[in-house]
Amino acid sequence: MIARLMVLAMAVFLVAFLVTPESFAGLFRPLTRNNAPAIYTQTGLLSLTLSHLWLVALAVTASTVTAVGLGVLVTRPAGREFLPLARTVTSVGQTFPPVAVLALAVPAMGFGAGPTLVALFLYGLLPIFENTLTALSTLPPSVVEAARGMGLTRRQQLWQVELPLALPVILAGVRLSTVISLATATIGSTVAARTLGEVIIAGLLSANTAFVVQGGLIVGLIAILIYEGFQLAEKAAARRIGLAPQH
Amino acid sequence: MIRIENLTRIYDRTPVVNDVSLTVGAGQIAALVGTSGSGKTTLLRMINRLVEPTSGRIWIGETDAATIAPHLLRRRIGYAIQGHGLFPHRTVGQNIATVPRLLGWSAPEIAARVEELLHLFQLDPAQFRDRMPHELSGGQQQRVGVARALAARPEVLLMDEPFGALDPVIRARAQGDLREIQRRLGTTLVIVTHDMEEAVTLGDRIAVMDKGRLLQYGPPAEILTRPATDFVQALIGTGERPFRLLSLTRVADIREDGTCDGPAVSPESSLRDALAACLWHGRDCLPVEGGGIVTLTALRARAEGARAEAMATAGEGAQSKAPQTGGAAQ
Ligand SMILES: Nc1ncnc2c1ncn2[C@@H]1O[C@H](COP(=O)(O)OP(=O)(O)OP(=O)(O)O)[C@@H](O)[C@H]1O
Ligand SMILES: [Mg+2]
Repeated sequence: MIARLMVLAMAVFLVAFLVTPESFAGLFRPLTRNNAPAIYTQTGLLSLTLSHLWLVALAVTASTVTAVGLGVLVTRPAGREFLPLARTVTSVGQTFPPVAVLALAVPAMGFGAGPTLVALFLYGLLPIFENTLTALSTLPPSVVEAARGMGLTRRQQLWQVELPLALPVILAGVRLSTVISLATATIGSTVAARTLGEVIIAGLLSANTAFVVQGGLIVGLIAILIYEGFQLAEKAAARRIGLAPQH
Repeated sequence: MIRIENLTRIYDRTPVVNDVSLTVGAGQIAALVGTSGSGKTTLLRMINRLVEPTSGRIWIGETDAATIAPHLLRRRIGYAIQGHGLFPHRTVGQNIATVPRLLGWSAPEIAARVEELLHLFQLDPAQFRDRMPHELSGGQQQRVGVARALAARPEVLLMDEPFGALDPVIRARAQGDLREIQRRLGTTLVIVTHDMEEAVTLGDRIAVMDKGRLLQYGPPAEILTRPATDFVQALIGTGERPFRLLSLTRVADIREDGTCDGPAVSPESSLRDALAACLWHGRDCLPVEGGGIVTLTALRARAEGARAEAMATAGEGAQSKAPQTGGAAQ
């Protein structure tokens, strides 16, 4: 109950801050020196936040489609041989530093959102793929057997039984990827993607701690809220399939 | 009707089901028994092609099972397994509706069928239709599993240890219900069990398997009194044999005229129950509900008659090792 209230308070604060940043100037003033501005105004914070979220949403959607697709493929009898390959690709995507991806992608794609999308996409594959794989390969055998025995086609088994039952675990993977991407997207501003990183970088360049803090604060709050939102969705999905207690 | 001809399944060069032939007549129950790993499940799963036979043929009615797409074949054959396998994300009603939906029945037809089946299995539709499987007791889940298997009125029903997880009381009731429903619908049923008791109570015929081979296939009385091999004999359990034999006959069949004191037994109960009642109450005879009596002498005569038959077989056992009786019985 207290946790819920805190989340609610955070949401209210975030919205208020994004809509009227100036009214919170007093809060950040102590962090500035030499009468520097307390609130970043070069670009509207709201518009930066929306662009940041949009970038993350695009990247995570692409990661989800790809990783779930791969997970489904390698759990089919015909695709089993691709498992080692898929594992390698997704692990490399995770271990290769996003900054290096940016550096490599800029010459090919130019400055802007493109390289950041690629970096986030690759970075987000692993958690979703691993969770999809785990979920699909640990389904209750009697349920899968029953689905086959009732005469569902392979496609019907996948869409009507396997994926709905795997959903809570897949969602947990998407949650991890989203939270990681939210933070990682800030580095996109180094190659001119419009993200909240812009505020942080501006703060670093002008030695204005207030900017750094407000950029970080917005990203942090969004991450917490999205995390909570996903957990609610996962719980709902799990309750539907009788995994969590009903209340 | 199910006809199995020279069915073999080989895994890693080992035959798990080895040249099995048997016929289950329309509306009959065949109980498949045998030790763990003898190939019962594999044999059963070949009937609806969850496992593809290495060689041999299966006929469902007039259809060669190999000639239709597996998923279409399976929609014609009911299938119930141990642990019920209910879809946890679907309501009871949706679970039961699975195959009718696949077959494209209309919504009102499906709703009516779900209602009918819930009644048949003594689950109040208003109360149970919209529940999720995890909101049911084990016995209720198992009943829904069987109802789902019967939903599209299959002519053939396959069951793999459906009652394995139930406690003895519920189990006995589930067996009784199954028997009654199967009789009413005229379904041909193959049930795998490793409980000889269950096989004797339910089966019109019992198939005994060992190491992939069908050792004997015949009516319970024949399996009990004339076991084809030592293995079959061991499986029956010699100590239990007289009781199992008595459990095959109803009190009504040996009722005599007369009167005597003591608590009445039902004419539908088995001789085994009647014997137990006589012993428990310390009486030589008991009245039968609706008139007549059953005597300890008659009960003993029955058990001895069975023994005489068994001994006769032991004598001729040297000549006929494995009588393949009942192979083509309808
Ligand atoms: N997919 C498979 N691959 C290899 N061997 C298998 C496979 N399925 C079954 N077997 C083997 O076939 C044999 C028979 O198995 P089956 O499941 O038919 O036995 P069962 O009679 O049903 O036993 P239980 O009473 O324990 O259920 C076992 O030795 C088993 O290990
Ligand atoms: Mg088995």
